Amino acid sequence: MSFWRRFARNRSALLGLAILAVVILIALGASLLFPEDPFRLVGRPMSAPGSNDFLLGSDTLGRDVAAGIAHGARVSLLIGLLATTVAVALGVVLGGIAGYFGGWIDDLVMRVTEMFQTIPSFLFAILLVAIMKPSIQSIVIAISVVSWPAVARLVRGEFTALRNREFVQACHIVGMGDLRIMLREILPNCLSPIIVTGSLMVATAILIESGLSFLGLGDPNVISWGFQIGAGRTVLRSAWWVCTFPGIAILLTVLAINLVGEGLNDALNPRLRER
Amino acid sequence: MSAPVLQIDDLHVRLPDGAERDYAVEAVSYALSPNEILCVVGESGSGKSLTARAIMGLLPEPQVRYEKGAIRFGGEDLTRVTPARMRAVRGGEISMIFQEPMTALNPVMRIGQQIDEVIRFHAKLARGKRRARALELVEDVQLPDPERMLRAYPHELSGGQRQRAMIAMALAMEPKVLIADEPTTALDVTTQAQILSLIAALQQKHDTGVLFITHDFGVVADIADRVAVMQHGRIVEIDTADRVLNAPSHPYTRSLIAAVPGLVPRAAKPVARDTLLEVRSVSKTYGGGRGLFGRGSEGVRAVDDADLALNAGETLGIVGESGSGKSTLARCIVRLIDTDAGQIRYRGDDIAALGRARMRPYRAKLQMVFQDPFASLNPRSRVGRIIADGPIVLGESRTVAEARAREMLELVGLDARAYDRYPHEFSGGQRQRVGVARALALRPEVLVADEPVSALDVSVQAQVLELLARIRDELALSMVFITHDLRVAAQVCDRVAVMRLGRIVEQGPTAALFERAEHPYTRELLAAVPGRHWRAPLVAPFDDRGARSASGESNG
Repeated sequence: MSFWRRFARNRSALLGLAILAVVILIALGASLLFPEDPFRLVGRPMSAPGSNDFLLGSDTLGRDVAAGIAHGARVSLLIGLLATTVAVALGVVLGGIAGYFGGWIDDLVMRVTEMFQTIPSFLFAILLVAIMKPSIQSIVIAISVVSWPAVARLVRGEFTALRNREFVQACHIVGMGDLRIMLREILPNCLSPIIVTGSLMVATAILIESGLSFLGLGDPNVISWGFQIGAGRTVLRSAWWVCTFPGIAILLTVLAINLVGEGLNDALNPRLRER
Repeated sequence: MSAPVLQIDDLHVRLPDGAERDYAVEAVSYALSPNEILCVVGESGSGKSLTARAIMGLLPEPQVRYEKGAIRFGGEDLTRVTPARMRAVRGGEISMIFQEPMTALNPVMRIGQQIDEVIRFHAKLARGKRRARALELVEDVQLPDPERMLRAYPHELSGGQRQRAMIAMALAMEPKVLIADEPTTALDVTTQAQILSLIAALQQKHDTGVLFITHDFGVVADIADRVAVMQHGRIVEIDTADRVLNAPSHPYTRSLIAAVPGLVPRAAKPVARDTLLEVRSVSKTYGGGRGLFGRGSEGVRAVDDADLALNAGETLGIVGESGSGKSTLARCIVRLIDTDAGQIRYRGDDIAALGRARMRPYRAKLQMVFQDPFASLNPRSRVGRIIADGPIVLGESRTVAEARAREMLELVGLDARAYDRYPHEFSGGQRQRVGVARALALRPEVLVADEPVSALDVSVQAQVLELLARIRDELALSMVFITHDLRVAAQVCDRVAVMRLGRIVEQGPTAALFERAEHPYTRELLAAVPGRHWRAPLVAPFDDRGARSASGESNG
């Protein structure tokens, strides 16, 4: 059965994919839909949704909430993807080396991941961003630093299991080099769990980014959902829309990515599902 | 003959849509009398196990389901009884023993508790009486030190002891029918012989009807009263053991029996006294390392001071039971694992301690064929690439390597179209051919084959053995052939070395060793070969093509 048909069998995964597609479209079309800078004060402050030409209302300074959400989608997705890519790359390299060679290298890498994992990841991310200057770059670094250990442990487990399989031993007998065995023989066989974990990590990264922006540790030059919620927090009772709509945006995006991740899991590991 | 205790009429078990065939079990009828052993023989996928599961009401529903037919047992039709009644029958009146006793026993319960559970579910007995009964059962199956056995956990027992404990559980309620699903397949040959004689003795004692499922004609010859042969879900032949074994009527039975390797060693080839490979006092110890916190442990001496010599053009067999160190020795020879001590001389050069780069020129000369055709090919690589990779790594150009891969596919009897396919598209026997092609693509002089046929059905096994014999002659290969099966060793090897607990206890020309074994362990092994008194009749000289179409190499 083709990959797509197995994926499509999971209805909620399709729903997730649809939501995600809408979010991506909004992110791509943000400059067309809302050509103005989302930070600009464009009308009466605290306008309710639907009034004064504001689709989703305006905040305490008169900034358009809808414009913020559209431009924020861009930042959220960008940071989510970038941070995940860096974390997966780091995790695959270190986990792969640890799992393949074993011995003291394995011990070393695993003790390092444990060190990272003993610190609550969100607090660690706050610490890192606070040390560096808040910027997209530092947020990406902070999120990748707190999320690579999980990937490394996963990849290490897969490599440890696969390195003793007979097809890998057959490569040793031919005299194949380590790098080639790792990249061409073992890695393709553990891509599915990496893809699934990676897709779920995008959602976590978006959540961490929102949390950081909410606490005022976001990049001050770009709008983001977390920043919008943080800005609207004081007027939650008088102007509910300022917090609510960015919140829904986060909820839907994270949910959509999780659903897609589940769908990928079903499609890539069919045996796991039938059990 | 007395009235049958179990009678199966026209049983149909349906497979899910899109499966290879519509019925797993189709129009199967047979009767089992008390005090008889009926062997159901067939290759993998023939439906022999599913018939047993249908009797026990243990079909993996809803994918695989009962469709029609009757299973008559003491005036009842087991396909129509209530689940509660079925539970009472199961384990009480009909019980079952499985292939793998380690997974069939609960690892966190003592043996005594597990036997007690069976008795408690089926009879109201006081605690003391149940215990007495459990003790009696453990004595019955000849487990040593019964009191201690009742307190033991499954992991404290050996494989054979676990199977004895399973039999004790199965016999707890004096069942009328005992279903044994490949009960000795996971056991070593000497243990297998003991378990088989135990089953036969207990069956005599209790007048039990035994339905014995197996793929091994040797086992059939040892214990069967009657034999049913299954193919593609149907029974093709059912008759007394004597007639099925010695005068089979159905062509499929004939091809199966023809594929059973005989125990008479083949004539040794005249061999030049030209030593190609020499193993000198090689040792390998596993474990024994020092953990971060733990104290250093002794470790296991997997290979202990082994000496071997392989002459050019010769096939040297290494036989032994599981844990004897034969696979470790094979891996030492091809330098897949490092030896602790000793020399491995290839044409006089010691390669045991060579580094990676200096080992490379010898890699092509020493190649290996693995046991498990499903694990030994990368599932994500195309077959052509798997074969061509070796020559490419050793410096051939891509075009030369690809041409050689196609040539090798042809040599091992696969279609050239196999080149662009993935391993999962092939059956076990075909995959093993790919494994052989991969090894041959480097033009080796020595082929180390580690149990290359033990994961295959008997007719496919015969084909792969025939392939190995052919390429050995065509390419003038020398072979180290690891096997636990003395029948296979007799067919393939010029000389045989017997290993036990890491040591080579005896070696010599196959025929001489089989006739006049000197070491008691070798004699014990030879005496334990199932069906050693039965000599397969020469019903039909082995025909490769005929067997292939009959056995359906496509099922995989």
